[in-house]
Amino acid sequence: MPETTYLEAIRQAMFEEMDRDPAVVLIGEDVGVYGGAFKTSEGLLARFGWERVIDTPISESAIVGAAIGMSYAGLRPIAEMQFIDFIACAFEMITNFAAKSHYRWGAPVPMVLRGPCGGGVHGGPFHSANPEMYFVHTPGLKVVCPATARDAKGLLKSAIRDNNPVLFFEHKYLYRRIKEELPADDFTVPIGKAAVRREGRDLTIVSYAAMLHTSLEAAAELAREGIEAEVIDLRTLLPLDRETILASVRKTNKLLVVHEDTRTGGIAGEIAAIITESAFEDLDGPIRRVTSLDTPVPYAPGLEEYFLPSAGKVVAAARELVRY
Amino acid sequence: MNSTLTREQHLELYYFMRLNRELEEQMVRLFRQNKIVGGLYPSLGQEAISVGTAYALGPGDWIAPMIRNIGALLVRGFKPRDVMTQHMARYTSPTQGKDGTSHFGDLKSRHVISPISMLGDLIPVMTGIAMAGRYLGQKIVTMTWIGDGGTSTGMFHEGLNFAAVQKAPFVLVVENNQWAYSTPTEKQSALRDLADRGKAYGIKSAVVDGNDVLAVERTTREAVSHAREGNGPVLIEAKTMRMLGHAQHDSAEYVPKAMLEAWKQRDPLDRFEKVLTEKKLWDAKTKKEIDARIASEIRADVEFAENSPFPPPETAEEGVYCEGCHTIEADWQRPKEEVMPPRSSVKAEWPLKSYAANGARPTAAAPAAPKSKPVKKPARSAVRVRAKAGR
Repeated sequence: MPETTYLEAIRQAMFEEMDRDPAVVLIGEDVGVYGGAFKTSEGLLARFGWERVIDTPISESAIVGAAIGMSYAGLRPIAEMQFIDFIACAFEMITNFAAKSHYRWGAPVPMVLRGPCGGGVHGGPFHSANPEMYFVHTPGLKVVCPATARDAKGLLKSAIRDNNPVLFFEHKYLYRRIKEELPADDFTVPIGKAAVRREGRDLTIVSYAAMLHTSLEAAAELAREGIEAEVIDLRTLLPLDRETILASVRKTNKLLVVHEDTRTGGIAGEIAAIITESAFEDLDGPIRRVTSLDTPVPYAPGLEEYFLPSAGKVVAAARELVRY
Repeated sequence: MNSTLTREQHLELYYFMRLNRELEEQMVRLFRQNKIVGGLYPSLGQEAISVGTAYALGPGDWIAPMIRNIGALLVRGFKPRDVMTQHMARYTSPTQGKDGTSHFGDLKSRHVISPISMLGDLIPVMTGIAMAGRYLGQKIVTMTWIGDGGTSTGMFHEGLNFAAVQKAPFVLVVENNQWAYSTPTEKQSALRDLADRGKAYGIKSAVVDGNDVLAVERTTREAVSHAREGNGPVLIEAKTMRMLGHAQHDSAEYVPKAMLEAWKQRDPLDRFEKVLTEKKLWDAKTKKEIDARIASEIRADVEFAENSPFPPPETAEEGVYCEGCHTIEADWQRPKEEVMPPRSSVKAEWPLKSYAANGARPTAAAPAAPKSKPVKKPARSAVRVRAKAGR
């Protein structure tokens, strides 16, 4: 079996879902003829035609608004933000219109909003964002951040079949850098379930998206020093799989959260609150965080490297925590 | 201009306009009794627009009313009790107390989309429904309303521009009631006619006297058929006047008294009653019967609303997600075989009509879909229909 990249996994998920269900359509800037800025939708127009693969004006609010309308009419639209930074332009439509719709008047919005997020590719302040926490703070949305090709495909399929607005953050650093063999069958990965990527006894490292790989790299390094880290991949940030995190912390008694999102208001703070509320007695040390700095994402490679978490920073924090 | 409406239809228009007004007067009484939980946004003087526009639609069409479009909700089959229980936050309301005012709808049978408070959002949403309807072969038209103030939002521009390039079967009614809260239209826009905004998007637009229900209905009917035939969206500017404050709390001291006096002479209900009398479409007895029917409906619904419980507090936690409580089903009006299984027939290249930067007029909703009808000859430029203002 050939290996499939994270990017190709996303393309396959859209392709297969559109093949399966004529209610699935794709809408966004340059998604059709051009096949998407990253070529995630290459070949979709040729297969599914102009009615189902819709190129739009540069109007992020209108893209999301139209997708909401299509949802109301019984379709299952996938709306693309060319870079996830531009989701800010559609913030209103997502948070006020889509997120509250089912709660307010029982009208589900089965829409997926997907796009490339994350840094490490020298995209600068407007092509590198990790805006997931704006939306984790919005009841009614689901927020998914896959870290592997298998999850990218399986979670995107679940997102398309979900009756709620799902924000699907694709880490662009992973697009072509990771690949794996995927099952040939029509598999899905459930939204709201974390995965234990490495078992260990000495501390728990919770992470997601590109930082999962950084955390795994750090865990391998720590293992050489005799420190066994358990690494959890959140996969979904909203709804958060509290049980998997709690079970791991109850076992290791120490928690380090690693995310590429900036520090203040990142998911680490929420996880720390959950653990202190529900597993305080199980803790043998302070909850630690390794995150990006509280700044915009800088452009120059040296600045960005300084800004981002790295395996070295995770290893250092883990060592300190284990010694505590 | 003569209306093609029957006598019964004339009387029905009167019924809905009068019901709209009487219902709102009843709600003012409820407000003064502290029974309205939140705000109350009057549509006094604008009833002809809500009723006349909604009346011009077919049963399969979709609407998204704004805050002052109680009349449109009534035309669409909602009852005074729905409006009252919403405002009174009762468990029996369409949203079971989750939201108030006109913020409710009905996806499945009445095809009414609940508005939200942010202005302009409904334009791209209704464009999306129009596009979905076209894809599903439904031949529907979608409609929403916006005020003069709402035309200043970015969402208005993004939505209407997108509807235009998609040639979506969509009608936008701009209710120019001359006041956005306390701000007059001249501080919203440098245009004399907000209908000219339509020109900027290359779509058809019209101006109509918003206090003449027959003109509103006729203009809307034309717009709806233009949109339904695949000629793209239409913007209708209905000129009117907000006769009360922005909401019940607002005494609107900023509105010149003489302006209100002048517009009082053009009250849409008074004018329509005069037409019905002149055209001999009714007599005092008919009017009395309709008015009595309305009074008894409102009386019964006030009683229903007042006797309705508030929602159990713990229901606040319910309904954030759809967890299998709804099924998502598209109403396919074209054979699914037209799209399934998908055919690999499209070449990924734009079939452009012109290479000139300013020569290309969009003529189709993207290059024509397989099996769709030939695209009608497009309007050369924005056509302006001026309905006769006043009588």
